[in-house]
Order: sequence, then structure tokens, then C-alpha cells
Amino acid sequence: MATPPRSRTRPRSAPPARPPAARGATITVRPARGADLGAVVALDARATGLEKRAYWRGVFRRYGGAAEGRQFLVAETGSRVVGFIIGEVRDWEFGSPPCGWVFGIDVHPDARQAGVGSRLLDAISAGFRRAGVRTIRTMLARDNALVLSFFRSQGMMAGPFIPLEKVLE
Amino acid sequence: MKLQKNSRLALLSVLECAAAGERQVAAFEIADKYGVSAHHLAKVLADLARAGIVESVRGAGGGYRFAANARRLTLHDVIGRFEELTPADARRRERGDTTPAGRALAAVLSEIDQIAIATFRSITIATMLAIMARQVVPRASDPASSRRVGVGSDPATPRRGRRQDGA
Repeated sequence: MATPPRSRTRPRSAPPARPPAARGATITVRPARGADLGAVVALDARATGLEKRAYWRGVFRRYGGAAEGRQFLVAETGSRVVGFIIGEVRDWEFGSPPCGWVFGIDVHPDARQAGVGSRLLDAISAGFRRAGVRTIRTMLARDNALVLSFFRSQGMMAGPFIPLEKVLE
Repeated sequence: MKLQKNSRLALLSVLECAAAGERQVAAFEIADKYGVSAHHLAKVLADLARAGIVESVRGAGGGYRFAANARRLTLHDVIGRFEELTPADARRRERGDTTPAGRALAAVLSEIDQIAIATFRSITIATMLAIMARQVVPRASDPASSRRVGVGSDPATPRRGRRQDGA
């Protein structure tokens, strides 16, 4: 059920001005609640073009509680949900010692360039530290320059694993 | 992965200027530091200035100053001005490319190229400055210890980089 971090890419040559909606707004990061699902579904649908309510209900059931190592966080400005991040601690997958996996992140286009993504990543990282892990990991499409660039700006580098895949005939 | 000489020199020059912030960097400083001719460097800097990545500052103490958005300008943007970054399978065909061995080799080289291109596209100058700030190399006299270094990772080079977080 891996949901790679995603977001639409946009040309890098003409950086947009910081959106008025995000300028100076107080950002709050907190655990997701059931009432946030509509906003999360809408954010995801905006980025992916697919509205996946059943999928997100399942994600919330699995990650929305206080299960150890699992985190489903949202960022809000005012009372508006403008971003989310999901991750969990995974033990010994691929022979790796326990580490924190981030497998979903999105920020509303109007709220980008305001530190929302950084706040979400900081919050989930803090949760991973509390869970006792010291490495955070993610995976995303190599043509997703926007989100790749975001994670790079947060200090993330290529890890020791190489993803491989094969089309099954 | 090996960059062409001009691409590498352009990246190093951009990083030198970006690390210097508002201070302009004299071309001869960069030329001396990286052991290249001032004439060669001037052409690279002129290309960068035409692209609006650096700007020339005239007069006493003149030089070049970083002029782009460090959080938006990527390594790919800079390299792309000096060499073509395309996957191997998009390049001109070479003799033997249609053989099974040639096709297999092209597929592997294309995979490597695509990863390299994605990496260059995802790393901004601001991110590079942050990586530079984190770089550590062992002291020549004490391999067990480490210290931070500036642009070029040359232990003999005085550090003058400044941290510039990307987000």
C-alpha cells in the first residue's frame, strides 16, 4: 500500500511568488482526525487526478490511531487542512535496521513555499525519533522533481538501496 | 558520471558565487582555486552571466555575484547550458547499437543516465550549499578527526561558504 510522495511538477524557471494564503499564516501540525479525511482526499485528488475515498478511509484506519510507529499528520493554517504526511517505522525490511518510512506527503499548491512541508517532515521525524529510529527514508518517482527537490532540501540523499521492478507478463 | 570540463567549472563558479552571498567573487580567485586559465573561465562566466545566473560587477574589487534564485536553480539548469543531458537511448545511434549486445548495453547506460538526470534536476544550489556545510573530511595530520570544508572540498582551501537552507 505504498503511496509515493507526490505532487504535480511545475516549471522551475519562473518561481511563483509566495501565495497570499500562506504568507504569515500560523501552521499547526497535528494527528489526523476522521473529520480531516475529506480535505485529505481532496488534496490527493488534486495532485493525482483520482478521488480515492475508500483507500483513504483504509489509510486512516491503519495510520490514524496511536499505533506505535505509525503516523498520519495534517498541517492546517487557520482551520484549513493544507497538507498531510504519512509514515511508519518498518523493521528489517530489505535487511534494513528499523527506520522511518515516509510514504505519503502533499501540500496544497496555494500553501507551498511557506514551510508547510518542512513542518510536516519535522513533525514526523520527531515521532520517528521518539520511536527510537535514527534514519528516515522515502521513495518517489524520479520525474517528480518538485518533491524530490523538497526532500533534497531537507538533507535527504540517495540511500543504500536501489529499487528494481519488472513487468510481469 | 563525468561532467564536461565547462560544466564542472560552471557549477564550481556558481557555488563559489552563491556561497559568497552578496560579496562578489573575482574571476582570478576561482581560476587560481581550481587551476584553470582565466581566459577559459571568462568564457564560462560570460555564459553564466548571459543566462542571468551570475552578474558581472565592474570597477575596483569587481567580479561576479550570484544572481539567480538559489532555491530554484538546479544543477541540471546549470549543466544544461554547457552540455546536452539526455538519456543514452535518445542520443545519436552508434555503430552496433542495433545488435543484441548493443541494445542491452544501451538499456543499462540509459538507466544510469536517467537516474543521473533526475538527480541533477532535484538538487538546487541552496541544497548544494547545505551539503557543503555538512561536508567533513579527515585532517591530513589526523585521519581520525574531521572538519568542515568549503567549496571544492579541498582541505587547503580556506572556507568561506555559508549555510543556506533550501526550505
